[in-house]
Amino acid sequence: MSELPGDLLYTNDHEWLRRESDGSVTVGITEHAATALGDLVYVELPEVGQDVDAGGDMAVVESVKAASDVYAPVGGNVSAVNEELADEPEKINADPYGDGWIVRLTVGDIDEGELMSPDAYQQLLDELDD
Amino acid sequence: MGSKTPLYDKHVEAGARIVDFGGWDMPLHYGSQKEEHHAVRQDAGVFDVSHMTVVDLSGERVREFLQHLVANDVAKLKEHGRALYTCMLNPDGGVIDDLIIYFVGDEDYRLVVNAATREKDLAWIRKQAEDFGVSVVERAELAMMAVQGPKARELAAPCIAAEHRDATLALKPFTGTFAGEWFVARTGYTGEDGWELVLPAAEAPVVWDRLLAAGVVPCGLGARDTLRLEAAMNLYGSDMDETISPLEAGLGWTVAWEPGDRDFIGRAPLEKQREDTDIRRFVGLLLEDKGVLRNHMKVVVDGVGEGEITSGGFSPTIGRSIALARVPAGEYDRAQVEVRGKLLNARIVKTPFVRNGEIRIDV
Repeated sequence: MSELPGDLLYTNDHEWLRRESDGSVTVGITEHAATALGDLVYVELPEVGQDVDAGGDMAVVESVKAASDVYAPVGGNVSAVNEELADEPEKINADPYGDGWIVRLTVGDIDEGELMSPDAYQQLLDELDD
Repeated sequence: MGSKTPLYDKHVEAGARIVDFGGWDMPLHYGSQKEEHHAVRQDAGVFDVSHMTVVDLSGERVREFLQHLVANDVAKLKEHGRALYTCMLNPDGGVIDDLIIYFVGDEDYRLVVNAATREKDLAWIRKQAEDFGVSVVERAELAMMAVQGPKARELAAPCIAAEHRDATLALKPFTGTFAGEWFVARTGYTGEDGWELVLPAAEAPVVWDRLLAAGVVPCGLGARDTLRLEAAMNLYGSDMDETISPLEAGLGWTVAWEPGDRDFIGRAPLEKQREDTDIRRFVGLLLEDKGVLRNHMKVVVDGVGEGEITSGGFSPTIGRSIALARVPAGEYDRAQVEVRGKLLNARIVKTPFVRNGEIRIDV
């Protein structure tokens, strides 16, 4: 598996979060999560304008095998969703940290205490491999 | 750690994601389940099905025994090599397992039963066989591979010993033949042409390598499941079990009612159920809304009642979600499925969904 992007924060549930220059955050699932799920075939996205709580359900990704919830790594308001996933959910498998982004959130102050650095997330993945 | 087939190391070598399946360590996929699925529909794929149980029966009264043991009638097997798909029922008419029976010789038959039901099947068969003096021999030392797809036979033929190649290529659908120590049958679980090969375990890894070198794609249980769902072939444990009769699982066509005096196990309750106008339907569903149907989701038929999805998933060939479902009796062609609290629209369609590479329903 390729190296983790160094500019992202991660969660225990295998989501990633990127701080954008306008103060919003972009959220997706990690390559580990996408690989474990297998080929994705459907993504259920939230409505733009919807509020989400930190740790709450935000989207559902479905692979050929199973459905899996995507949790909001931080609370906020949905400012955009990746509409292209409606027809091409496989973008999450192909480019989980880029074209496969899922949701953009407008957020207030972020409590980074709940989030993991790339090193910490890598350590979690290493432990899962053992 | 589960049991390992003779091809386990080959799966690991090919990058398989290994999962437990009925106590066996089996490949789920080798990277992309969808690509494996498409390979079988368009070219050729190979599945390790060595976990399945091969049982050889022999004895003077073996035919009579099978006419008692299973709901289909082996009298339909007129020539050696012919295969029969059937259910083995309990006295209540519930399905103990579904299986294929090959007519090998006048006093010899070969059965292939499911892996997850191996122990109960063998115990049941042995118990019933006592009264008929039939010998029941499990052939655990054999490996089994399914080579499936429009190009499967062409690509696999060079693996067959030269002196048997013409005979195996001449096999008609649903027949099999011995080729030396191998047994080759033109059967499968994908809705595509192809062979199932039963062969000594020691030879399996060599054949596997040759098939892959010829361009046959290794396929895991994931693709096996989406392929059989598209072909509307039942999966034991999902679509039927010991509490479900073949008549409620779309398998009425496998029950041989004639001759009326053939006393197969489970016949009486089945006869009764056959007269029942309220018997549940077993149907194919095409999801019209976006989403994915999954096993055990509730099916709602407005004004009629509720049913359940027995096998649901995403059809890679159609690009939509499809399912098999058990639903209430009645005349209707639409239903709704409860997906995460929402009712999604589905249409009842005539199965199979896909066969021989072609979509067979109106999408």
